[in-house]
Amino acid sequence: MAHGPDKGLSRWLFTTNHKDIGSMYLWFSFLMFLVGGVMALIIRAELFEPGMQIVDPNFFNQMTTMHGLIMVFGAVMPAFVGLANWMVPLMIGAPDMALPRMNNWSFWILPFAFAMLGSTLFMEGGAPNFGWTFYAPLSTTYAPPSVTFFIFAVHIMGASSIMGSINIIATILNMRAPGMTLMKMPLFVWTWLITAYLLIAVMPVLAGVVTMMLMDIHFGTAFFDAAGGGDPVLFQHIFWFFGHPEVYIMILPAFGVVSAILPTFARKPLFGYSSMVYATAAIAFLSFIVWAHHMFTVGMPLFAELVFMYATMLIAVPTGVKVFNWVATMWKGSMTFETPMLFAIAFVILFTIGGFSGLMLAIAPVDFQYHDTYFVVAHFHYVLVPGAIFSITAGVYYWLPKWCGHMYNEVLGKTHFWLAFAGLNITFFPMHFSGLAGMPRRIPDYHDLFADWNMISSIGAFLFGAAQILFLYIVIRTIVSGRKATQEVWEGSHGLEWTVPSPAPYHTFDTPPEVK
Amino acid sequence: MASNSEYQTYYVPARSKLPLFASIALFLTVFGIANWLNGNEGGQFLTLLGLISMLAVLWNWFSQVISENQRGLNSDQLKTSYVWAMGWFIFSEVMFFAAFFGALFYIRQIALPGIEHGATGEVLWNGFEAEWPLMTTPDMAVNGESAEKFVGPDQNMSNPGVGGWVSWLPFWNTVLLLASSVTVHFAHTELKKDKNGRSFNIWLAVTVSLGLLFLVLQAEEYIHAYHHMGLTLDSGVYGTTFFMLTGFHGAHVTLGTIMLLVQLLRSTDSWLWRAIPVVALIIAEIAAFSVDHMSLAGRMVIVGIACLVIIAVSAMKPSKVFKHHDCFGFEASSWYWHFVDVVWLGLFIFVYILG
Repeated sequence: MAHGPDKGLSRWLFTTNHKDIGSMYLWFSFLMFLVGGVMALIIRAELFEPGMQIVDPNFFNQMTTMHGLIMVFGAVMPAFVGLANWMVPLMIGAPDMALPRMNNWSFWILPFAFAMLGSTLFMEGGAPNFGWTFYAPLSTTYAPPSVTFFIFAVHIMGASSIMGSINIIATILNMRAPGMTLMKMPLFVWTWLITAYLLIAVMPVLAGVVTMMLMDIHFGTAFFDAAGGGDPVLFQHIFWFFGHPEVYIMILPAFGVVSAILPTFARKPLFGYSSMVYATAAIAFLSFIVWAHHMFTVGMPLFAELVFMYATMLIAVPTGVKVFNWVATMWKGSMTFETPMLFAIAFVILFTIGGFSGLMLAIAPVDFQYHDTYFVVAHFHYVLVPGAIFSITAGVYYWLPKWCGHMYNEVLGKTHFWLAFAGLNITFFPMHFSGLAGMPRRIPDYHDLFADWNMISSIGAFLFGAAQILFLYIVIRTIVSGRKATQEVWEGSHGLEWTVPSPAPYHTFDTPPEVK
Repeated sequence: MASNSEYQTYYVPARSKLPLFASIALFLTVFGIANWLNGNEGGQFLTLLGLISMLAVLWNWFSQVISENQRGLNSDQLKTSYVWAMGWFIFSEVMFFAAFFGALFYIRQIALPGIEHGATGEVLWNGFEAEWPLMTTPDMAVNGESAEKFVGPDQNMSNPGVGGWVSWLPFWNTVLLLASSVTVHFAHTELKKDKNGRSFNIWLAVTVSLGLLFLVLQAEEYIHAYHHMGLTLDSGVYGTTFFMLTGFHGAHVTLGTIMLLVQLLRSTDSWLWRAIPVVALIIAEIAAFSVDHMSLAGRMVIVGIACLVIIAVSAMKPSKVFKHHDCFGFEASSWYWHFVDVVWLGLFIFVYILG
């Protein structure tokens, strides 16, 4: 296995190396993050003032739809898969991923899938305009013709996710170094094991629901058409059976990243490791029985509303366990505040805010007021931006020295943090207010009443966007000219990934290390 | 560090063009189908190109993995990875079917009663009565025989009562598939007893034959439904759920049969002898289904003859390629086959008996 990297482009096209593939996933996700970000800025520019200024309503709808799809499937999910590719084999002492060729296939499907999805913008009738949740009949009877391409893009993204997850599970279950028992695994590995399980369980359901759409559109079936005995609400049930576990797919690995970073910079072991594992498993289990809380207003029986409301509120228990453990990890630690730590602490605080607004939304009677308002937008952006995105950013700062062998510039890193922190709060905090005041989501024009909050949100959005350009500059600068990093990188770092040199050699752990 | 000295290196291939080509082939296929469905020019061509390239990639990918194994590159640990991967793949398939079974349950228990009794039903679908199988769609309840979109079926596939099972195709399909799960298990036990020659091949060939006969019956059922029962994909939600559930299952039986057939051909000596069953099968399928009004018995006899050829050839020319400790291709195919069998039991109960 002495082979090194190929020269030139073929290294990336034909690679089987988990580090190369991890890097490609991360770069791809950053590209998608920028594309989805530009769409978000188009939305915010239109909403800067009441009235119609920049885009027509149909294009506005295409932007909200594509922004959501690209951020969920193109930015957040591939970024976490990229982190898993890089870190899981290093953390468990494996020579590579279990199935290296399939690993590369999982990645290379994505550029094709997103090229196909992006191409719908240039098709007759425009891109999908029915929201990222693509509710029938908007996405069937009233959809633009490009919906067919959207459906197949989702199909092959799903294939990529399923293969990637199978690979991660096989790696974790089968490739651990001797002595690396399950309960010794770093929490990032645990959270990814459970995430991969969720992915394999729900991506086929997503494939099923888009197949039903395809059949309704092109082959005359009646899944979502009451005239034939079907039901549009059936779409929502199947979609959210996928969709709710999907939102935990985007947050569980974030829990893992934060659980790696906080102990390092608090210089204390993670508080309550085993309760963290069980809490993650409990959240994953609960994610399967709460889906209808997304559809409280759709006309379900009272009994169903109650069951889904209580089950949803139950999630606060294991999540509370986690937040408690993170705070207890920092309690009386010798804390320092390098960039990854800043992002991680911001994660704990801001994700908790997102969790609380989630609890408010879980209460069925009041959800009738919040439903489809900017309060919902504020809620899920608080769990996704300072949740998923901040943890990915924290992970990049934390592990970048291991990946490229260079330290990033701390001043620039902290600048990035404070810009992003300020930007996201300015963007999303006012949305709570405009939402509670009744501003509906996915509408390009609004009442003058909401003008002030929207202008503030738009200013924050451009600030947050600018911060990400700085992030790109910092990463490139680090790779090209950062100062040399040591093997341990951080004073308080623990784990197998810090026992290999920085940058990590092309092949690590060809023979497994002994874990005491 | 004693355990390390015994460690057999985990084989990581240096580089491979297969994943990229597989992505291109997959993309061409779905991009082609999407264009085809949208009525754009060239869609069919792209689909065909994609499918052919996908076949070429898969052929190369599998032969490469097989040759690596034969060169002794695959450690026991690597083989365990394959086992995990196949197991989780089957789990993903289970969840795919779960979506369609869930849809069936929801439509029968919640959607149809909702259309009859719900607040909007009174306004929009006045006079509709929920029933299963759904013969009168809401569309027909409102618009009568001039229903615009969904005209219900004339007949349905529901249970004729145990007395009528002898002449009920789904019952015989159940018999065929259950039997095939047993025969593939016999093939496996023969292999475990190191009888990897004639007796293994015969049991495997019998399994493939049972799968093929199942597919003939299934095709017959579809032809009958379309020509004589007015039951089609677009005859309301009964036709929708019936054809989508049995159709996806049938597609999986087809794939499973091909997987088992490939294993059987690998276990047959020389390309010439492998070609004979394949040619026999193709001729039989064409002969059986190109004549419009051939009886079911006629079709069964023609495909049955091809099955006899498959059994005879594989019995005469075993290649003994599978060893009792090294037969993952066969084992994975057989797990897949058992899975397909279990899904059928779900269909038999929820689509046919309780239909």
